[in-house]
Amino acid sequence: MNFDFLLIVFVARYLRTALKNTQQNSVWDDRLKLAMYVAIALFVASVIFRDAETIMAWVGHLCLLGCIYILYKETFFKPAKSLIVAILPYAVVATIIQFLQLVLPSFYRGNHSMVDSLKGFAVLWGIGVWMVTIKQKKELDKTNEKVVQQEHDNRIITAMKDELEVQVAERTAELTRQKEALETALQELQSTQAQLIQSEKMASLGELTAGIAHEIQNPLNFVNNFSEVSNELIGEMNEELSKGDIAEAMMIADDIRQNLEKINHHGKRADAIVKGMLQHSRSSNSIKEPTDINKLADEYFRLAYHGLRARDKSFNATLKTDYDETIGNIIIIPQDIGRVILNLITNAFYVVDEKRKFGIEGYEPTVFVSTKKRIDKVLISVEDNGNGIPQSIVDKIFQPFFTTKPSGQGTGLGLSMSYDIVTQGHGGTIKVETAVGKGTTFIISLPI
Amino acid sequence: MKILVVDDEQDVQVLFEQRFRKEIKAGEMQFVFAFSGENALAYLNQHEHEAVLILSDINMPGMSGLDLLEKIKKTYVKPPPIVMMITAYGDAENFNMAKNLGADDFLTKPLDFTLLKEKLKTIN
Repeated sequence: MNFDFLLIVFVARYLRTALKNTQQNSVWDDRLKLAMYVAIALFVASVIFRDAETIMAWVGHLCLLGCIYILYKETFFKPAKSLIVAILPYAVVATIIQFLQLVLPSFYRGNHSMVDSLKGFAVLWGIGVWMVTIKQKKELDKTNEKVVQQEHDNRIITAMKDELEVQVAERTAELTRQKEALETALQELQSTQAQLIQSEKMASLGELTAGIAHEIQNPLNFVNNFSEVSNELIGEMNEELSKGDIAEAMMIADDIRQNLEKINHHGKRADAIVKGMLQHSRSSNSIKEPTDINKLADEYFRLAYHGLRARDKSFNATLKTDYDETIGNIIIIPQDIGRVILNLITNAFYVVDEKRKFGIEGYEPTVFVSTKKRIDKVLISVEDNGNGIPQSIVDKIFQPFFTTKPSGQGTGLGLSMSYDIVTQGHGGTIKVETAVGKGTTFIISLPI
Repeated sequence: MKILVVDDEQDVQVLFEQRFRKEIKAGEMQFVFAFSGENALAYLNQHEHEAVLILSDINMPGMSGLDLLEKIKKTYVKPPPIVMMITAYGDAENFNMAKNLGADDFLTKPLDFTLLKEKLKTIN
């Protein structure tokens, strides 16, 4: 039995499996396969031809040494270098023993137990090295496996990171879009609010226009009438003078002077109305200035009344006033407070007219405007004898866009704007007292 | 002839008194003034049949000229006083309403006193 061939078969088989995964293995794989078969064939031959044992032994040794040489020479087998360490001692020892048997048979026979044990050591050495190599290889495989696993994990982490970055970018873009959309919406809302405030001003100006026309027409008529009559009176005065009736002429002259005062008075009245109108529509230049609150309230009271009258012939109401003449001038923004008073008065007229339409016997629509001076404040109240405000909505009347008027008739901003003007603009308060069926009183309190 | 002028503008009194200065002085015409519809009715109640002619503005707070016209035409049948209504220029709506309520004549604002004097002369 020839151990060398088995060793070659074993080595070839090991190399084929161990180097399976490296490149250019196809050429060496075929060669190793061939070597394996040849070795098996030679092993079978060595079993069959027992007589040629010595020759077969020599062939085995030389083949093994040749194999070791190839392993040593070929860089392809570099990873399997440890095999050389494992099998070389055996191959050398076995060859030397064979050589001793041939050249010095007597020496071999004399020392064959020692020589054989040397061979045994070589075999043990080979087995030992082999086992160590296997162990090392296993550990190396394990480490490699770990590295591969780690690389795999890293790749997954990188992929996830990339995906996450894409998601973050998408979310950021979406948030930016949303932010831009919100900003646009906010801008639109702000411009709409400005437009609404402007349209509320225009609406109240519309309420005033007819009243303004009436209020300007009346003083103008007086200016014209008084100047005409004065002209006539001068003619009469001259007549009296030529007749020599100086007393009568002087009486006429007194009348003329009185008329000139009237002309002046009505001219100023028209002037004040035009100024008030300009002030009402002007949005900028909101400066606090000393203002006669009684005059302001009365002006808007009349304007609101005649404005409504001009637009609705059937409308009528009794106007009552009670102004506290001790107030004097107070520091306010006249057009703003004027707007508040106008709004309250217009509302009052609206509710008394609504009640009038029910046709209650003996009902006299009445709106009462009054001012009062307290120690540290001035009160302006607008009272109506309408139907009052139900408790369920009294809390809502100062909210923007709340209106009880049919759609299209009220902006719902009047009281809300009034509230802002009084509280924020003037540090005052606006209060409502109401009794269902009896009427409502709005009381503005302004600090002085 | 006694004329009741109804207008919420108080300066109307001065104006009429000066415009009809000669007539008043000569005793041809007598003017009474009321500054609201309610005042006018109160005057008529106290001085029935005195006023031959009533000149009334339409646009007044409280009782309007139209309300007054309606009440006068219902209450004072014999002899019915002549009621002239003063309407604002181009106010067709009030004009028609006053006509339906039985107004005898119309004047437009601003008052043309020459025209008014001629009308008063024909009534006289």
